[in-house]
Amino acid sequence: MSTTDFTVTPLPRWWQNRVVRKFFGHRLALLGLVMIALLTLACIFGPYLLPYDSLYIDLRARFAPPLTGDHYFGTDPLGRDIAARLLMAGRISLLVGFFAMLLATILGTFIGVVAGYGGRVVNAVLMRLVDGFLSFPTIFMLLALAVALQPSPIMITIIIALTGWMEVARIVEAEVRSLREREFVLAGRMLGLSQAHIMIREILPNCMGPIIVAATLTVARAILLEAYISFLGFGIQPPLPSWGNMLNGAQQYLGSAPWLAIIPGAAITIAVTSFNFIGDGLRDALDVRNDNF
Amino acid sequence: MVGGQSASLSDTSVALSVRGLTVTLPDGMERSHAIEDVSFDLHRGQILCVIGESGSGKSVTASTVMGLLPRAIQATAGSITLEGREIIGMGREELRDLRGRVVSMIFQDPLSALNPLMTVGAQIDEAMAAHDEGTPQSRRQRAIELLTEVGLPDPALMYHQYPFRLSGGQRQRVMIAMALALEPTILIADEPTTALDVTTQAQILELIRDIQRRKGMSVMFITHDFGVVAEIADSVVVMEKGHVVERGSAAQVLNAPEHPYTKRLIAAVPHLRQDDRERAAHTDASGAPAKPLLKVRNLVKTYRSGSAFFRTQRIVPAVQDVSFDVLPGRTLGVVGESGSGKSSLGRLLIRLMEADSGQILFRDQDIAGLTEPAFRSLRPKIQMIFQDPFASLNPRNTIGRSLTVGPIAHGVPAAKAREDAKALLDLVGLDARAYGRYPHEFSGGQRQRVGIARALMFKPELLVADEAVSALDVSIQAQILELLDRIQRETGVAMIFITHDLRVASQICDEIAVMQKGRIVEFGRPSRIFFSPEADYTRELVSAIPGEQLDDKTAAAATGGRQSTQQTLQQGTQT
Repeated sequence: MSTTDFTVTPLPRWWQNRVVRKFFGHRLALLGLVMIALLTLACIFGPYLLPYDSLYIDLRARFAPPLTGDHYFGTDPLGRDIAARLLMAGRISLLVGFFAMLLATILGTFIGVVAGYGGRVVNAVLMRLVDGFLSFPTIFMLLALAVALQPSPIMITIIIALTGWMEVARIVEAEVRSLREREFVLAGRMLGLSQAHIMIREILPNCMGPIIVAATLTVARAILLEAYISFLGFGIQPPLPSWGNMLNGAQQYLGSAPWLAIIPGAAITIAVTSFNFIGDGLRDALDVRNDNF
Repeated sequence: MVGGQSASLSDTSVALSVRGLTVTLPDGMERSHAIEDVSFDLHRGQILCVIGESGSGKSVTASTVMGLLPRAIQATAGSITLEGREIIGMGREELRDLRGRVVSMIFQDPLSALNPLMTVGAQIDEAMAAHDEGTPQSRRQRAIELLTEVGLPDPALMYHQYPFRLSGGQRQRVMIAMALALEPTILIADEPTTALDVTTQAQILELIRDIQRRKGMSVMFITHDFGVVAEIADSVVVMEKGHVVERGSAAQVLNAPEHPYTKRLIAAVPHLRQDDRERAAHTDASGAPAKPLLKVRNLVKTYRSGSAFFRTQRIVPAVQDVSFDVLPGRTLGVVGESGSGKSSLGRLLIRLMEADSGQILFRDQDIAGLTEPAFRSLRPKIQMIFQDPFASLNPRNTIGRSLTVGPIAHGVPAAKAREDAKALLDLVGLDARAYGRYPHEFSGGQRQRVGIARALMFKPELLVADEAVSALDVSIQAQILELLDRIQRETGVAMIFITHDLRVASQICDEIAVMQKGRIVEFGRPSRIFFSPEADYTRELVSAIPGEQLDDKTAAAATGGRQSTQQTLQQGTQT
């Protein structure tokens, strides 16, 4: 009988480190992260530091171009400070984007897990529901809902979430379908764990990678959608500022005061591309197949 | 010790010469070198086996020779001389020209090595076209010749087939045909039979040996199985952790190994046992024959895929009319090739699948018909050890959580479950500190120990082990078998041991059921099954076991078999 000298060999927790390392090695993703961090900090603290309130109307300083006195980004047709309005609008737009993502991800994950783990009938019903939602033109549905319902920021968030959960559901469903045949899930059934336990505590943690990636990209999409419907006048209603309705107010002055459109437009572009970069970076970092090793 | 180092460089009888080869790994890996100072010669017209366990660097050696190393790692020292040409430092294009023409390779998994979207013929054609060989017509003709040569039925038809239509053995034959397309002088085979059934493995080994003889090729054959080495090797190189620890002729290494690692590997190779296990004649305390713990009667399971409505339904009978008994404290082996229904049977027994009909009587209670909630209280009595130690533990759970989650769900207090888990970790030979760690910190063998501990958490009466040692290295395999044996002696648990490896089955089983196409074709004690098999299928399986001439007791029978195959081979060559 040979003796078994099995001691636990401590390996470095390279997996966790590897993802972090790969993410930080992704330059654009890092840039996106820095931009979002700056934008968020500016939106939280900026309004307290600026000399003008976002609602303060100064009719003598209408249409001031950027860098006029303390109006760093100029003023709008009512003489309100654009920098202050931009940051206040950023609060609304980022919050709408974030919470729409949260709702969409939770809903999509729930439906995806149940559809993926459930039997044929459950899967067919839920996934056809997903197909049904996907077959509506998103913008049309958004506008229709926004017209029909009271367009408060909370309602806008819910409406955007309702049009954005299907992608997450599809990703999660596919992931769960492949995981449910894995032996550790069978082992859970062998141990007599309940279905809910297996779905939530055994399978779900293993899908977190794709979910996080999808969630990040959903934020970008939600910010864009909010801007879209606000620009068309069905979203966030003035005097509450959002990046989208700032653009709406700017369209008639495009020739005479282009900064009215350029500044919120740039904010939207920066936020959306930054989130997309982060999403791409996370996707690469979490994807083992892209590894050289 | 490197014998004849300087002489061999100029020696024309050496087809491939590797000297002091070192491949460095990037920082942060387990060791600094994948292989270090590896030297060996592949002589013309010989089969050289490179053997070692997983992580020994044998595949890295082959990839380096083929110039197929991943970009992150590189050969940092040494030389590789291929037919007199140094290939380390050679340009990409030059190297590409050598590949296929001078040296070619066959891989372990023929399914992933073949392009699923190209016909077999097109892939062989491509290998030749890539080297500007011949005209489309001549290539086509050559491809059909090659398909004939590797023994595929109806080569003209086979030319137009897609890989998914072929069996594993046929795919490997196609791979071999592709590798032979440009008449290379050296063939590198990286575990080409590991993914195949025993009988298919025997055929492929025979084919490789046959082609090698006919064409006078030199073959570098990478394997982890000493049985395979005994079948085909002329000379052997043994590798451990990136170093060559022993080299020599096959007879020399197999019969008189010098290095302790080689000795350990050879000792770990399972052999057919002549005698049955001692506990075969099992009686209960009163001396009366024990009552069966599990009685399976007329069990049937059929897989249906597609839809009956659209008339696309495919019906595959997985388990057909299977009946057997298992006595407490005894082990029943279920053996058969892939697709024989043995794994389906295991899953039916622990109710991971529902049977179509038949009875599973556990302590005289029919569990086949129970609803899941009604069966839940019985689940702890019947537990399973899974095949793949890398897939059977949730990577996101600590070992402790994997062990305790079941008992806690069944109402055991958390503190008690934790204590039990730590005691069991000790029983299966793991450190108690393993409790808080994650699966990726452990080797395959260690994970399988965790899997065993998990199955034992409930103090089950019946353990179903589904290919529990198949994914492990031989030396680890032997340790796990020993552990299972010890656990059975200490706890009196009954076991159903499902395996495709007859040598393993003969080590641990009291009775054996041989399955073919969903039916039990033979049932009996191991000694009778293996040494006087009645069913044709069993005989076929037993004769396909590689390397049994290693075992003195069966030497006569095995060499007899080998000679006859050689005779048929020679006849084949003459015709």
